[in-house]
Amino acid sequence: MDRPPLEGEGPVSAPTDLRASKPVPPRGAGGEPARPGSSRLDAVAASVAAGRARRGRRRRAVVGVLVAALVVVFVLSLMVGRTFYGPGEVLGVVLGQDVPGATFTVGRLRLPRAVLAVAAGLCFGLGGVTFQTMLRNPLASPDIIGISSGASAAAAFAIVTLSLDDGQVSAFAIAAGLAVAVLVYLLSKRGGVAGTRLVLVGIGVAAMLDSLTAYVLSNAAQWDLQEATRWLTGSLNGSSWPQVVPVLVALVVLTPLLLSRSRDLAATQLGDDAASALGVRVDRTRLVVIVAAVGLISFATAACGPIAFVAFLSGPIAARLVGPSGSLLVPSALVGALLVLVADVVGQYALGTRFPVGVVTGVLGAPYLIWLIVRTNRSGGSL
Amino acid sequence: MTTAPPLPAVGVAVVRRPRRLRAVWLLVLVAVLVGVVLLSVTVGSRDVSLADVWAALGGATDGFDRASVAKRVPRTVLAVAAGAALAVSGAVMQGVTRNPLADPGILGVNTGASLAVVAGIAFFGLSASTTTIWVAVAGAGATALVVYAIGSLGRGGATPLKLALAGAATSAALASFITAIALPRGDIASSIRSWQIGGVGGGTWASLEQVAPFLVVGVVVCLLSAKALNSLALGDDLAAGLGERVAVARGAAALGAVVLCGAATAVTGPIGFVGLVVPHACRLLTGVDHRWLLPFSAVAGAVLLTGADVVGRVVARPAEIDVGIVTALIGAPVFIWIVRRSKVKAL
Repeated sequence: MDRPPLEGEGPVSAPTDLRASKPVPPRGAGGEPARPGSSRLDAVAASVAAGRARRGRRRRAVVGVLVAALVVVFVLSLMVGRTFYGPGEVLGVVLGQDVPGATFTVGRLRLPRAVLAVAAGLCFGLGGVTFQTMLRNPLASPDIIGISSGASAAAAFAIVTLSLDDGQVSAFAIAAGLAVAVLVYLLSKRGGVAGTRLVLVGIGVAAMLDSLTAYVLSNAAQWDLQEATRWLTGSLNGSSWPQVVPVLVALVVLTPLLLSRSRDLAATQLGDDAASALGVRVDRTRLVVIVAAVGLISFATAACGPIAFVAFLSGPIAARLVGPSGSLLVPSALVGALLVLVADVVGQYALGTRFPVGVVTGVLGAPYLIWLIVRTNRSGGSL
Repeated sequence: MTTAPPLPAVGVAVVRRPRRLRAVWLLVLVAVLVGVVLLSVTVGSRDVSLADVWAALGGATDGFDRASVAKRVPRTVLAVAAGAALAVSGAVMQGVTRNPLADPGILGVNTGASLAVVAGIAFFGLSASTTTIWVAVAGAGATALVVYAIGSLGRGGATPLKLALAGAATSAALASFITAIALPRGDIASSIRSWQIGGVGGGTWASLEQVAPFLVVGVVVCLLSAKALNSLALGDDLAAGLGERVAVARGAAALGAVVLCGAATAVTGPIGFVGLVVPHACRLLTGVDHRWLLPFSAVAGAVLLTGADVVGRVVARPAEIDVGIVTALIGAPVFIWIVRRSKVKAL
């Protein structure tokens, strides 16, 4: 169903390659070769349709499995902890009943944390894959090209230096995230934006912003390791509802906006000229998509810091799971949520010490990045 | 007549800079270094008169002013030494890899040295001493090898983008490992800060004494390989044709660079961008001859790091900004400028 104009015509017109460029329909292609040509066309069309159905089934299956896994881990993360609570008690708390002990532990401590993990993971997954798709480069994710660093620096500055409240912090972070996105774009624009230059400029900007974050933190009254890990690597420690609400609002507002553009986004992957030939308003699409993606990233970062590598990892993992079928936005969002949730549970309970979630995803993510570089090199891609 | 004559003239001027002019520039740089060093000793959260500086250098430590000078002198010496070491290390790395974006910070080598030290302290009970420096140098060397290996896999060899990305990825991973090792250990968690942000505030005569031999050996090795680096710049085949043993020359130069940045990092923590910015600035003055570039870089690196330290002390009085932060703020724009200026693919 997704992006039919992209997949439908290509293979069919391949045999009659010389005429493919003309706007003439295949049946008008000539007298005597019409019958064998059209039967071949039917066969090709049937195989295309079958392939599309197969990919559609795979996509639905993957999305279903991801949702199921997300629900299971979510419930598990509510049950497990220093004290174990059964599913019945957890359900009771979630439904608003008063369960002795569990109401505080589950309702006030574990639930906001788990909800924030899922919400932030969705945000990072969506924002990351949007940038990767738009810039046609798996490396151009917001945490590599400096957008997460910008939001993080702004949030740390707003909290530590300006002592703003949660809503203002989010506003500050999103403004900074947008500013950094514009800055990186302008700096890498020199006779057209080259992907490589954009990534390198982004690395430079990220380095500068990270040192700004470090400066803000070192300027705080005391070097607070908890705060520092939050703004440098991302952490869900001490999550509370006032932190969660802005992220949820951002998700509710910006996700439909982004999803409504998913087909246009896929078309821009073909390049600006081809996309506008397909009827996409490239500039408007890009503007909407950038604002939405940066907004998601910034809101999530303002709540829990730039959780390392999640935005970077989700898209490629989702692409591997789903295969070449349609938009990656939803699968990638689910992968991001699952990553953050699992990494948080692992970081809290599996390793002996309670590690912040960003440390776990950072340790996980770096080998993947190295693998990506190695693989891209082997396949001869121009990285 | 209008266009033809100027071109060769410009070419000659670039290729063969008058030796005297370069010597003058070197002298100017040394003079600037002396000025910055004097500033570094006198300026701070408490300004001191030059007379008190002289008295303190004579050994007097009575009074606040003289006591603060006594604290500032080793710090200044450390800034000079570390700046020179990092800049020379960066220049040599750029020469060895023939890659303008090579820098101990960007390639993750500094973070590797930090991780090795943190792991040594956490798992093997290292107490800061000479062993720390060995461990740091080993960590720096291992990281440099890994990053370069990853970055040069596949077609096209070690392109600037691949090296920078491999470095950024490795650096992020190693930083996560540092946090993961240090967090459970309350006893060393407090010192984790010095492994996340580099600074020269912790410089003492004792630490300087221990690191000095490494720095001297590293600088000597690097300076001796300057001529080989000039040949390597022509490409491996031409260098071999000129009688250079390419593998040996490259290995020796890289070893010197790794020793320099590992030893500097062992004392200061990770300081980025000095090794990137300084050689590029110096090439504008000296051209590409490494026999001039390396001494220039040493002096200019010392100027930059000492100056950055002074700025960090003055800007936020009475607090201090760690010099690692200042160099990143100065260095990242230069990095971006280099990226913008060059045709990235062709670098």
